Amino acid sequence: MKNLLEVKNLKVYYYIREGVVKAVDQVSFSIKKGETVGLVGESGSGKSTLGLSILKLVPSPGRIAGGELFFDGKDLAKLDNKQMRKLRGRWISMVFQDPMTSLNPLMRVGDHLTETIKAHEKVTHKQAEEKALSLLDNVGISSERFRDYPHQFSGGMRQRVGIALAIALNPNLVIADEFTSSLDVIVQSQILNLMKKLKKSHNVGMILISHDISLVSEIADKIALMYAGQIFEFAETNAFFEEHLHPYSEGLLSSVPNIKLSDQNLSYIPGMPPDLIHPLKGCRFYPRCSYATKICREKEPPLAEIKTGHLVKCFRYD
Amino acid sequence: MASLRVYIIRRVLLAIPMILILLSIVFLIMRVVGDPVSAILGGHAPQEQIEQIRQQLGLNRPVFFQFCDYVWQLLHGNLGRSLIWGQRPVVAEIWDRFPATLELSVYAFLISIAIGIFTGTMAATHRNKSLDHVFRLYGIITYSLFIPWIGIMLQLLFGVYLGLLPIGGRIGILMEPKTVTGLYILDSFLTFDPDSLVSALKHLILPSVTLGVYLSGIFTRLTRTNLMEVLEKDFIRAARARGLSEKVVIYKHGLKNAFIPILTMIGLQFALLLVGAVLTEITFSWPGMGTLLFERVSYRDFTTVQGIIVFFALIVVTVNLMVDIIYAYIDPRIRY
Amino acid sequence: MIASKYSVSRLIASKLKGLSPTRGAEYFAIIGFLIISSIILMAILAPLIAPYNPIKKTGELLESPNHKFILGTDGLGRDILSRIIYGARIAICVTFLAISFSLSCGVLLGLLSGYIGGKLDSIFSLVMDAVYSFPGLILAIVLAAMLGPGIVNTAIAIAVIYTPTYFRIVRGLVLSLKESLFVEAARAIGAKDRTILFRYISPNVLSSVPIVLSLNAADAVLTLAALSFLGLGLPAPTPDWGFDLKAGHAYLASRIWWPSTFPGLMIVLLTLGFSLFGEGISEMLNPELGR
Repeated sequence: MKNLLEVKNLKVYYYIREGVVKAVDQVSFSIKKGETVGLVGESGSGKSTLGLSILKLVPSPGRIAGGELFFDGKDLAKLDNKQMRKLRGRWISMVFQDPMTSLNPLMRVGDHLTETIKAHEKVTHKQAEEKALSLLDNVGISSERFRDYPHQFSGGMRQRVGIALAIALNPNLVIADEFTSSLDVIVQSQILNLMKKLKKSHNVGMILISHDISLVSEIADKIALMYAGQIFEFAETNAFFEEHLHPYSEGLLSSVPNIKLSDQNLSYIPGMPPDLIHPLKGCRFYPRCSYATKICREKEPPLAEIKTGHLVKCFRYD
Repeated sequence: MASLRVYIIRRVLLAIPMILILLSIVFLIMRVVGDPVSAILGGHAPQEQIEQIRQQLGLNRPVFFQFCDYVWQLLHGNLGRSLIWGQRPVVAEIWDRFPATLELSVYAFLISIAIGIFTGTMAATHRNKSLDHVFRLYGIITYSLFIPWIGIMLQLLFGVYLGLLPIGGRIGILMEPKTVTGLYILDSFLTFDPDSLVSALKHLILPSVTLGVYLSGIFTRLTRTNLMEVLEKDFIRAARARGLSEKVVIYKHGLKNAFIPILTMIGLQFALLLVGAVLTEITFSWPGMGTLLFERVSYRDFTTVQGIIVFFALIVVTVNLMVDIIYAYIDPRIRY
Repeated sequence: MIASKYSVSRLIASKLKGLSPTRGAEYFAIIGFLIISSIILMAILAPLIAPYNPIKKTGELLESPNHKFILGTDGLGRDILSRIIYGARIAICVTFLAISFSLSCGVLLGLLSGYIGGKLDSIFSLVMDAVYSFPGLILAIVLAAMLGPGIVNTAIAIAVIYTPTYFRIVRGLVLSLKESLFVEAARAIGAKDRTILFRYISPNVLSSVPIVLSLNAADAVLTLAALSFLGLGLPAPTPDWGFDLKAGHAYLASRIWWPSTFPGLMIVLLTLGFSLFGEGISEMLNPELGR
């Protein structure tokens, strides 16, 4: 089966006065149709940039500096803005982190939807409205709120609108960038359930970008762990949690407190966040790794397939 | 829309103390700062004449009493009578000249908005490239242009040397346009008078372009700043992510949102428009309220000058009021 | 008070260090500065560089520009170049006077009103808002007419228009600073109200005024020119750009362009100088974020 999305050696850099920030540095992975990949990492790991680069919406001074992005067989890096526009919203769409700022405050919620629908499909206004109403229904918003403005909704409802916008035209790939981070915990689980429902009903491929690995694991088929602009581990969710091969994965999973245990010391990963303008010569996780050896400082480990479908970037498994 | 109605009422109520304060300021300036009577008479008049004028104008009564009386008269539409010539009611004098100022201001305003929004949008969408710097410079330069000077330069070029356009007045000297509203352009349409139309248009071009260009610089800068800010926002990126065309993103999403702060600024700039109109009228001998003010100040026509200022104050407060209401209408966040 | 002086100079030093030369902005500021200083220099050196006496008839009436009178003569036979040079004195003098009046009154009233608050603040704010929203020139016209001609009177007439500008800025900053923590802290250690006002609030407030000053000066130059244009500024033989501009207007139809063009050009130039400088400095101190 042909891959829905294939990323090969992607480089996305920001060119600022202080230097070149290598936000995404040689990232490769792929997604099959209908597959959900959780892209997990700390702030500054490059995951948001990676998500934006798939839609080619990286804000300047950033841009794609190399590599290939194949969507449904087409190299996105070669497409111009006009061609990308046809894909955006229709075949690849995005759910943003903060639904308050990602909706136009002067536009009614219903109009957001009808506008998007009419931009991609030749339908009458009435047809677009009908479709918009059913979409709202799908995400659990009553039709009476069709003509309301964004600020009249609660955070969770707004995020539902954001999701409705993303699936409006039945895209093949939805990229959700920290789509629950601005919501409280209870609402988070509601939204997560909504996503699960939509995943089943639409069979849509998803990239869920988050720093919250436990949240993402509930819905993702595969997990990709990013650090310092690179992917360090990529595996099926179960395999990831059971084996957590990379030291970073190990550290992450052990730092999630267990609600059942009382009185535990919070463990954490020691060290400072990485410098993206002057990245290390060897393995970028070296300064914080408790298993580090001499070779880790000298050479960069390759992202290798240790077992079927399980890739790790570490010399321990070479 | 009930909340809008409430907002309007609240806003109107706020306007009243503003008007009263402006009126008192004007009142005080004209009585306390200098002596109006000696201003009128020129300082070397006999005592009895001074007393006579004082009584005639009611200046010998306590100031507060004068003020109340004035406001009372104002509410009845009476601004007193002019001190010169036929002693016409001030209201009539103002009403004679008002359409001219209105016509000039409206056309100049339209020109300034058109140029301003266009250049501002160009600047914002070509940020930090040479076009941006050019338009920013445009904004700074136009604001620094002294209206009488630029008016005179245009008169020299188009009027004197090229002979294309008239350098003064509102319409050909010998022409007597049939007036309905006092707005010559409109009237010439209403009375099917093409000759008047052509003449009026020709006379209107230089003054309205002068004033329009002067005001446009401010709109350039406003549009540029506000649009730039808006285009950084998340919902713009989200709109692009939905595959909307760049034109829709910039104009429908961007400019519309940027328009709100621009709109409030327009209200604040209205005072600037009046100032500009006064200077433009005087430079081009345009028979509007600006020239009336200037004339009557030179003639020491105390009551008319006071009346004109009061009229200006009323217009300013009203315009600010209307801008606030429109603002509340466009931005739903304000009223809910 | 030593402490407040120290913090002001430290503030200025840190701002200067933080100056980021954005490509366009620094040129604006430099050009503006050059223009302003040249004109000020011209004003100071007037007696030395003006070729003729500006208020005496030294040539034929309305001579066109020639080698004797580089910019020609006006309707009374006076050398235009000399009048322009001396005119700079008037322009600079009145502008600075007006700005100083409005600055001192506005800042003082703003500080007081903001800090004291309550009814006093409400009344002052309302009055200042009223003046601010009213067309400035028109107010100035009436004031100048009632006060009569003269340098000081004209400066006062202009100053009244701009006082609310400074009042508003200062008051706004005082209000926001009043809430901020370090004033709480100062009060917690028992500092008196007056000390708080001058030592902690003033330095922060004063540092944002210079930009406004420059742009205000530009405005003031235009207002002064307008008043003189309308015959309300300074008494007759005084060499004043606005007045000369008006005087020259009458000869336009006869293609006598020089009595109006040059004085007007000077007005525009000085205004431009202040505008460019203000914009440039503003951009350098508060650079646009991004890119």
